[in-house]
Amino acid sequence: MLSERAKEEIIRAMERFPERRTGLLPALRLAQDEQGYLSSQVLAEVAAIFGLAPAEAQAVASFYTMLRRRPTGKHLIQVCTNLPCSLSGAEGLLDHLKARLGIGVGETTPDGLFTLETVECLGSCGTAPVVQIDEDYHENMSAEAIDAVLARLAGG
Amino acid sequence: MGERIVLRYTDDPEQSDIATYVRKGGYQALAKALKELSPEAVVDLVKRSGLRGRGGAGFPTGLKWSFIPKDPALPRYLCCNADEGEPGTFKDREIMEKDPHELIEGIILSSYAIGAHLAVIYIRGEFAYAARQLARAVQQATAKGYLGRNILGSGYDLDVVVYRGAGAYICGEETALLESLEGYRGQPRLKPPFPATAGLYRKPTVINNVETLANVPYIVLNGPEAFTAIGTPRSPGTKVFCLSGQVNRPGNYELPMGTPLREIIFEHGGGVRDGKQLKAIIPGGPSTPTFTAAHLDVNMDFESVAAAGSMLGSGAVMVMDETVCMVWAALRLTEFFRHESCGKCTPCREGTYWLAHLLGRIEAGQGQDGDIELLLDICDNMAGKCFCPFGDAAIAPVQGTVKHFREEYQQHIRHGGCWRRSVVRSQ
Repeated sequence: MLSERAKEEIIRAMERFPERRTGLLPALRLAQDEQGYLSSQVLAEVAAIFGLAPAEAQAVASFYTMLRRRPTGKHLIQVCTNLPCSLSGAEGLLDHLKARLGIGVGETTPDGLFTLETVECLGSCGTAPVVQIDEDYHENMSAEAIDAVLARLAGG
Repeated sequence: MGERIVLRYTDDPEQSDIATYVRKGGYQALAKALKELSPEAVVDLVKRSGLRGRGGAGFPTGLKWSFIPKDPALPRYLCCNADEGEPGTFKDREIMEKDPHELIEGIILSSYAIGAHLAVIYIRGEFAYAARQLARAVQQATAKGYLGRNILGSGYDLDVVVYRGAGAYICGEETALLESLEGYRGQPRLKPPFPATAGLYRKPTVINNVETLANVPYIVLNGPEAFTAIGTPRSPGTKVFCLSGQVNRPGNYELPMGTPLREIIFEHGGGVRDGKQLKAIIPGGPSTPTFTAAHLDVNMDFESVAAAGSMLGSGAVMVMDETVCMVWAALRLTEFFRHESCGKCTPCREGTYWLAHLLGRIEAGQGQDGDIELLLDICDNMAGKCFCPFGDAAIAPVQGTVKHFREEYQQHIRHGGCWRRSVVRSQ
């Protein structure tokens, strides 16, 4: 269930633009930020605020990779494997992360702390390889540097 | 390095603050325009500057603005395309993070020129920090009277909204951007009608790239002649080249249009990493056909790159050394296009899938006789036959690498694999 506060923010997003539906993407983000992911129930709640059928909200949510229909670990690790990053060691970095976390791409560690994914170009190719963890970019990554970041996140 | 425009002050860590921006001459172009220039006069200045779109297509900016209907009673909008997603491109992010007011001032001037009272910055969802920098800049500019109602006492009103995308490369295509902004799946619209007549909410709309808009304050303040003094006659001004891959000094380099590729890679980028030989260059992002070392003397402006068989694109220069397998490189880039195809039209949805499938098979050593011809046949079935320009872009890696490195494809098929793969993986 969305909190009253989230609903109020969604209504503000809806009323910010000349047409209400422009607020749908921001609303889905707000819902995801609060709930962790977009369950069918949450999508239906958002759709109801906009006066849309639940399928309409689902159709939009399923188009965008940052809108998630399934829960992830506490921290989402996204390794860019597009060409500039791969030319600068992204594949080795990914192998290192798989071994260190003991999981494959698309999987979550048993303690629920980390989910590992690959992504296409994060727009940080001058400082490749780059790994995005939650909202933060980690640039010029090496195995040692990413280990330090993970240790910090696991401790905190 | 010559005169810089959009990245002139990005080395200053305080540049993103309005006090620093104003101290260095920021918002003077806006004050000048609102006091001395009519909207038509601003359009005319930008037309005379010859500024062309920096997002990839190179369309003349002033001409695009002049397509907006003159009737001021009709609502119209400006959309800033900040959905920077072409692999290898990271210029707009630097502008937005380090000098957001330059973009905001460009947006205000452009909105004034076309008579818009609402401008939306559609920023790529992953760019959280850049979005925060822009939101802060909007807040600061509003507090100082550069945005909002009755800007600098001129009677002109403008509201700027930062709108975050949610992960979809195709939303960089202008009509897909509009669909997304209206709350739908980001799939392209049929043109015509063009956005200048029926864009956001079916109202006249101008969509310009970040780098394009960031050039506008300079043009308004210094005049079109200062701008045309840089670059080439048909591609005036500077261009930010995003240098990536196997070079010693990757990064953004703002250089005059027409700078030779050799100078960008060897002089500014410090040459190929680890003293290796140059093998291939992607001149303007993966949507642009591949170059080889034989193309080093091509001048990087719209006309020269096109004459050499590729495109200036977004200015994303990717460098590959002698150890890189070109089938592998084509596969990595085609996987990107397969992942990002929006699925609306069949040639693109199916074509990107099968290109990636075939490349994967060849790269893994399971290629068959006839696979190269099949790849080219699929490209032919996509070229000019897709709903939007994405389809033409998606075939560039295959067409470019087969054209220049066909022998490498044949070797894979003949010998059942590739020795280079292990070289790249071990780095």
